[in-house]
Amino acid sequence: MTGPDQDLLVVGGLTVQLQTEQGPIRPVDSVSFTLEKGKTLAIVGESGSGKSMLCRAILGLVPARGNIRFDGRDTGKLTGREMNRIRGRDIGVVLQDPLSSLNPVMTISDQIIEPMRIHLGITRREGVERALYLLCSVGIPRPEERLGCYPHQLSGGMRQRVAIAIALACEPKLLIADEPTTALDVTVQAEILTLLARLQMERKMAIILVSHDLGVVAGCANNIAVMYAGRIVEQAPAAELFRRMRMPYTRALFDAIPRIEDPPQRRLPNIPDLPPNFAALPPGCRFAPRCPRAGERCRTEEPALVCDEDRNHRYACWFPV
Amino acid sequence: MRFIWSKITHLLLVVLAVTMLTFVMTDRLPADIAAEIAGHGASAAELAEVRERLGLNRPVLLRYATWIGGVCRGEFGKSLITEQPVSTALRSHLPVTLELLALSQLFALLLALPAGIISAWRSGSPLDRVTGTFAFGCASLPNYALAMGLVFLFALKLKLLPATGYTPLNAGIGANLKGFLLPALSIALVEWVTLMRVLRSDLIATLKEDFILLARCKGLPTWRILLVHALRPSCITFITVLGMQTASLIGGAVIIETVFALPGIGRLLVTAIFAQDFPVIQGGVLLITVSYVCINFLVDLCYAALDPRVRTGVTDG
Amino acid sequence: MGKSKANPPKSPFQKGGLQLAPPFTKGGLGGISFYAAITWLILVLFCAASVGLWPFPFTVDQIDAEHFAALPGGAHLLGTDATGRDIVARLLFGARVSLTVGICAPLFGLGVGLLLGMPSGLYRGWTERTIMTLADVILAFPGLVFLLVFTSVLGPSLTTITLGLGLLISPRFVRVARANTIRFSEREFIQAARIGGAGDISIMLREILPNILGPLMAYTLVVAGFVIVAEGGLGFLGLSVPSPTPSWGGMIAAGRDVLEQTPPVAMIPTAVMFLTVLSINVIGDRLRGRYDRA
Repeated sequence: MTGPDQDLLVVGGLTVQLQTEQGPIRPVDSVSFTLEKGKTLAIVGESGSGKSMLCRAILGLVPARGNIRFDGRDTGKLTGREMNRIRGRDIGVVLQDPLSSLNPVMTISDQIIEPMRIHLGITRREGVERALYLLCSVGIPRPEERLGCYPHQLSGGMRQRVAIAIALACEPKLLIADEPTTALDVTVQAEILTLLARLQMERKMAIILVSHDLGVVAGCANNIAVMYAGRIVEQAPAAELFRRMRMPYTRALFDAIPRIEDPPQRRLPNIPDLPPNFAALPPGCRFAPRCPRAGERCRTEEPALVCDEDRNHRYACWFPV
Repeated sequence: MRFIWSKITHLLLVVLAVTMLTFVMTDRLPADIAAEIAGHGASAAELAEVRERLGLNRPVLLRYATWIGGVCRGEFGKSLITEQPVSTALRSHLPVTLELLALSQLFALLLALPAGIISAWRSGSPLDRVTGTFAFGCASLPNYALAMGLVFLFALKLKLLPATGYTPLNAGIGANLKGFLLPALSIALVEWVTLMRVLRSDLIATLKEDFILLARCKGLPTWRILLVHALRPSCITFITVLGMQTASLIGGAVIIETVFALPGIGRLLVTAIFAQDFPVIQGGVLLITVSYVCINFLVDLCYAALDPRVRTGVTDG
Repeated sequence: MGKSKANPPKSPFQKGGLQLAPPFTKGGLGGISFYAAITWLILVLFCAASVGLWPFPFTVDQIDAEHFAALPGGAHLLGTDATGRDIVARLLFGARVSLTVGICAPLFGLGVGLLLGMPSGLYRGWTERTIMTLADVILAFPGLVFLLVFTSVLGPSLTTITLGLGLLISPRFVRVARANTIRFSEREFIQAARIGGAGDISIMLREILPNILGPLMAYTLVVAGFVIVAEGGLGFLGLSVPSPTPSWGGMIAAGRDVLEQTPPVAMIPTAVMFLTVLSINVIGDRLRGRYDRA
């Protein structure tokens, strides 16, 4: 079922370079992946691995090099106005913290209706109707009472539902959810993930789900890409990845998930040290300083992303698990 | 509601204290109004008679009580010198002050809003630096010196505008505005700096917020992000400063009024103080204090209008 | 007017209703301007302090009947004013007035601010209410009326003008001192000192004062610039120091009469005042930038 017309988003060699006081850094370094229509790609990595920056680069919000083809169009060739249209209408975004990502001084209805009025050119009255419908579909009870509310009057889960409703307002083809559940209570997290899965089914949209938690994405992603220090270090279909993790970093992330069957006093294995500073990356494999399997070669030579047999499983490691 | 009531009592207290203080202080003025009115070479008996008639020989606090009683009935007394009712004098001087105030704040806003927004949006850019340096220079210049510079340039050299003088509104709006242009500009060119810098810094903080990132993700045009999403949450300090400046201009523009010979409240008060014309001083001080207090109250109301979190009493961390 | 309560804590520059512009961003004014500012202030201070000690061809009230409102050059380096008095001499002596007011009035305000602001921030309750209402009364009082009456009653002199301006600005210092005290009084080291048995006075002097002095000094500089300008303004109403003592403001005001014929008479004192206030602002901005980052 793969083919060029099935691909919604094709990213090739995407690199973001920023100037900092410590010199130029690359929070996103030669990232390539393909996302099919209606599918979910999960991007997993620790905080500071460049996941959010990757999302902003896809949206054209930070200057980046490389190719991005969205829905058959090269976004690098679009004007600012055309890019604005893609951002608002074809790609919806949900951010991590629903309280800070909603404007505190605008009502819920204004914030939902705004993108529809700008990109679809509908009237206010129509907008209110659609906002009601959207709030219903993201599972907000008595939406007509919520329309005039301000974000601070809603609970955390409710705010994130509103944020999703805003992202869905123009019926996007792609939803980018940047850690959509991190700021929420555990019970609400599951609800939001279920909601996203249901909305994807109904609307046939693709999702890029960013998370630091491999456990969160396990249930809903078709493909998983693991990012470390600005690079994709392992990428595979979800089932394949969980069947066989090749990159020690993925393994370490997986082992860090608490499990119900664990004995109560089990110490969770953690990954030693912190992710590397972008301004002072190690010369070889970027994970080598923290890797239990690292050998001499890892410290001098950077491994390339290689394909494993023909199963779409790519990883960058000299000594795969 | 309780908040509003406690606020109102506090403000009333302030008005009472200020007017009483004025009474006590002006009582000590060295000039002798009675001698002035009685005329040169008046006898002691005549002087005493004048004092008796004006009620000057009664204790200060008693006179204050009488005055406050009059104010409550809407009587502000008569000028000791012109015998004109104080309310008439204030009413004839107030429009000048208000027009000057409105024009100068308008100019200051016209400068501060765009400059603040643009330099926040492009903070660190050459444009921001040039604006900032220019603003810094303006802030270090006394408004009277600026006024003289403007007069020199536009009135004396280019002969475009009158150097001084006030043309009433009914003599033609063009001539009237011409007279106010330079004084308003002299005030605005100093006042806009604080407004601009306060707006810029709050706006820079707001532009770092997540909801601005989301607004950009929504594909909104830049002007909409700046004006609709970012400006309103960044205005609180701006409104505060605007209110304070407006309040201080009601009686505080006296030097500009002097330089341009504008008959405003400030001029009226200064003349009254030199002449020891108590009722006029009292009326003027009352007017200024009440406006100060009212503007403060309005600014507080503005907070609630601008930020729904203030309205519902929610303070989030 | 107690608006800090209704205001969601947003900007640190709005410390209870005083107009404090936020500091310039780093790099807005480079290092050169800072050192230039210091040099200028030292120069002005030196001139003001030593002007009587070295021989100078003119005195402040010596009238040169041949040169009224003369342009710069010739016998008078910067020209003469409308009554034929040497401008350089008047500038040098005028610096004394401007700097005395510019230094003493803010320091007076600072003293009052510390004396009343620290207790009201530390004790809160009725002490705070009383002091802040008092501050509000002075803030609401029309500043000009206050100054006019104050100087008329006590007779216009350098002392009364300095004292009047100092009184007028002290409520602002009280507010800044109080706001900063409140900020620190909830910190752990104050609690620790209290547990260690330190009395209120000792806490104020040894724990709070060293911490709030920095921001207050930065504010003092801002006020110093404002006060120098304000003293000049009094000159326009004929209320500055009595003649023949020169002050920069008085010189600017006097220059208005000959503005058309000899603009330098007004422009030179304006430029000197501008440079001085600018220097103070540059240094104050630097100082403020430091404390806001901390």
